[in-house]
Amino acid sequence: MSVARPTRTRKDSAPAKSGKKTPERGAGGRAPAGRPVPGPGSAPDPDPGHRRDLLETMLRIRRFEERCVELYSATKIRGFVHLYIGEEAVAVGVTQALAPEDAVVSTYREHGHALARGIPADAVMAEMYGRTTGCSGGRGGSMHLFDASRRFYGGNAIVAGGLPPAAGLALADRMRGQNRVTCCFFGDGAFAEGEFHETANLAALWRLPLLLVCENNLYAMGTALARHEAQTDLAMRAASYGMVAWTVDGMDVEAVEQAARRAVEGIRTGTGPHFLELRTYRFRAHSMYDPDRYREKQEIEKWKSRDPIELLRDRMRENGELRDKDMARIERRITAEIEHAVEAAEQAPREPVGDLLRHVTSSPAGAVS
Amino acid sequence: MGADGEDLAARTTYREAMREALREALRSDDRVFLMGEDVGRYGGCFGVSLGLLEEFGPERVRDTPLSESAFVGAGIGAALAGMRPVVEIMTVNFSLLALDQILNNAATLLHMSGGQLPVPLVIRMTTGAGRQLGAQHSHSLEGWYAHIPGIRVLAPATLEDARHMLAPALADPDPVLVFEHAGLYNVSGELLPPAAPVDLDHAAIRRPGTDISLITYGGSLPKTLAAADELAAAGISAEVIDLRTLRPLDDAAVNASVARTHRAVVVDEAWRTGSLAAEVSARIAEDSFYELDAPVERVCSAEVPMPYARQLEEAALPQTADIVAAAHRAVD
Repeated sequence: MSVARPTRTRKDSAPAKSGKKTPERGAGGRAPAGRPVPGPGSAPDPDPGHRRDLLETMLRIRRFEERCVELYSATKIRGFVHLYIGEEAVAVGVTQALAPEDAVVSTYREHGHALARGIPADAVMAEMYGRTTGCSGGRGGSMHLFDASRRFYGGNAIVAGGLPPAAGLALADRMRGQNRVTCCFFGDGAFAEGEFHETANLAALWRLPLLLVCENNLYAMGTALARHEAQTDLAMRAASYGMVAWTVDGMDVEAVEQAARRAVEGIRTGTGPHFLELRTYRFRAHSMYDPDRYREKQEIEKWKSRDPIELLRDRMRENGELRDKDMARIERRITAEIEHAVEAAEQAPREPVGDLLRHVTSSPAGAVS
Repeated sequence: MGADGEDLAARTTYREAMREALREALRSDDRVFLMGEDVGRYGGCFGVSLGLLEEFGPERVRDTPLSESAFVGAGIGAALAGMRPVVEIMTVNFSLLALDQILNNAATLLHMSGGQLPVPLVIRMTTGAGRQLGAQHSHSLEGWYAHIPGIRVLAPATLEDARHMLAPALADPDPVLVFEHAGLYNVSGELLPPAAPVDLDHAAIRRPGTDISLITYGGSLPKTLAAADELAAAGISAEVIDLRTLRPLDDAAVNASVARTHRAVVVDEAWRTGSLAAEVSARIAEDSFYELDAPVERVCSAEVPMPYARQLEEAALPQTADIVAAAHRAVD
């Protein structure tokens, strides 16, 4: 067992040497809200195959959710459905840095995290349908996707509510001497919750192996960042707890991956929690119920011009790494996968109402009052 | 309950019994650790964990910042990752700062995940009034927690339960909340070895009787036993039921007692409205209506934030005389 030390990182550690430039802490503060921080240049990556994987994973998330919109309109799926469209580079980039034994704690906008983490589209779609074959057995729905076998600790629908358990997962790993990382996603809205402060302090104090990933999409539901935070430089605030904190262009999947890899490396070497502020944007409304009256069309269009999928696709095309027929093949593969998921969910069994009280306690007899 | 005048050598206190239970848990299972405000160097706000830091070290007896939500939530996460945390919250009033974690995560994760994620976590906290600590350190909110499906709620009221409830609580795969009435810590008596492993599903008859059932739990048990003594002197044989587990409630024990006595008084230090006493009374009305020879009586705290002044605090709390009076109303 390692012993908690009272000392902690007081300064940002310098990012690892690399040909690419990751904006340092503070860059986000200098850029006005709503303007993404520039990402790395378009120098060719030595592994175009990996870039193709990134592209395909982002596209799978995008197409999956587009299909969810149709299914929602057809009343096949219900409840709140919070779409990740526009933010795919964050989930895909960050999860590249994680090993299978690492843990992920997510939010209610977690379809992207779940798919990027390898939960099959079949299991996620069946959950959207509320069927027994869903990744939460139909008990969770869109906001509560879980997969214990992949250490995916879900879908927390209380803003910042996943942060304390994430610290606990990291604490347990540390106490048991396991060199694992817990990655916790949350939004900019979480900065206004006390749980962010409590967890950031605890994680830094105990030097927990925790990766704090703030998806700053500039809105806490309908309230713009500058309308809910007195200080909008989120990385600077995270750094004030004594942890390494960087602001990254969240629309550039390669920049995200690079920053996440550096952060995870740092965490694994015992330098305590790391914080990433990923500047991103959701192209769709907050949820299916949201009329989206609080954002300017112009602003949405501006961000759409930096669509993370198009950004990577164009970069690959420029580099000659992606032909039209490659793209078509990827699209076909994804369409088949999603249609299979829909078909399987349609056919999947519904849990009998007689089982209502299952999973309230671990007792096989079901719930006791 | 510890009786007076027993062999001093074998005597212990509720506080020491609880400490011994923690020591045993820490010794017997390296997944167990204790975490909370001032549990280490300070020795616990009520002295329960005194000496455990020295014995088990700062990794396993872990002082936390004053961040109830973070350290309760961290207990949840550590439990998910295979540890067996015991989280101490100083008082039930402070637990409200962690209510989101307790309700929305600890009690809910197993269900939301379709059975994949049990949360084997024990949360201990003090509850109750009687020490003139005013309106933010004195309430009895365990009934609120007993409202929540997915958690088990314990109220050890005796030395035996203080000593022996923790092990089965830690063996429970689901979250267990343990409410320790602050007025009990100094109770002393002879601690007997358990005749059988402590069973968390059943209420206990602390005193058998035939004329009336006095149903209570936690810090109200000594007052209720004293009331039974007074009633005996008046020729009324009162049976005292200690609920012990507030969720799930042992309906069978309550109904069996009422079937014997045909009268019931429920004693609960919480406020009367929406209380556990209300729940127990409703269940008696539902299940034992035709057994009753008199309306169910309730003795609860007055509906007032707990006042500081001694005479007002005493007037706000259920007292032995109130229990005796309620029993007389039911019997006469």
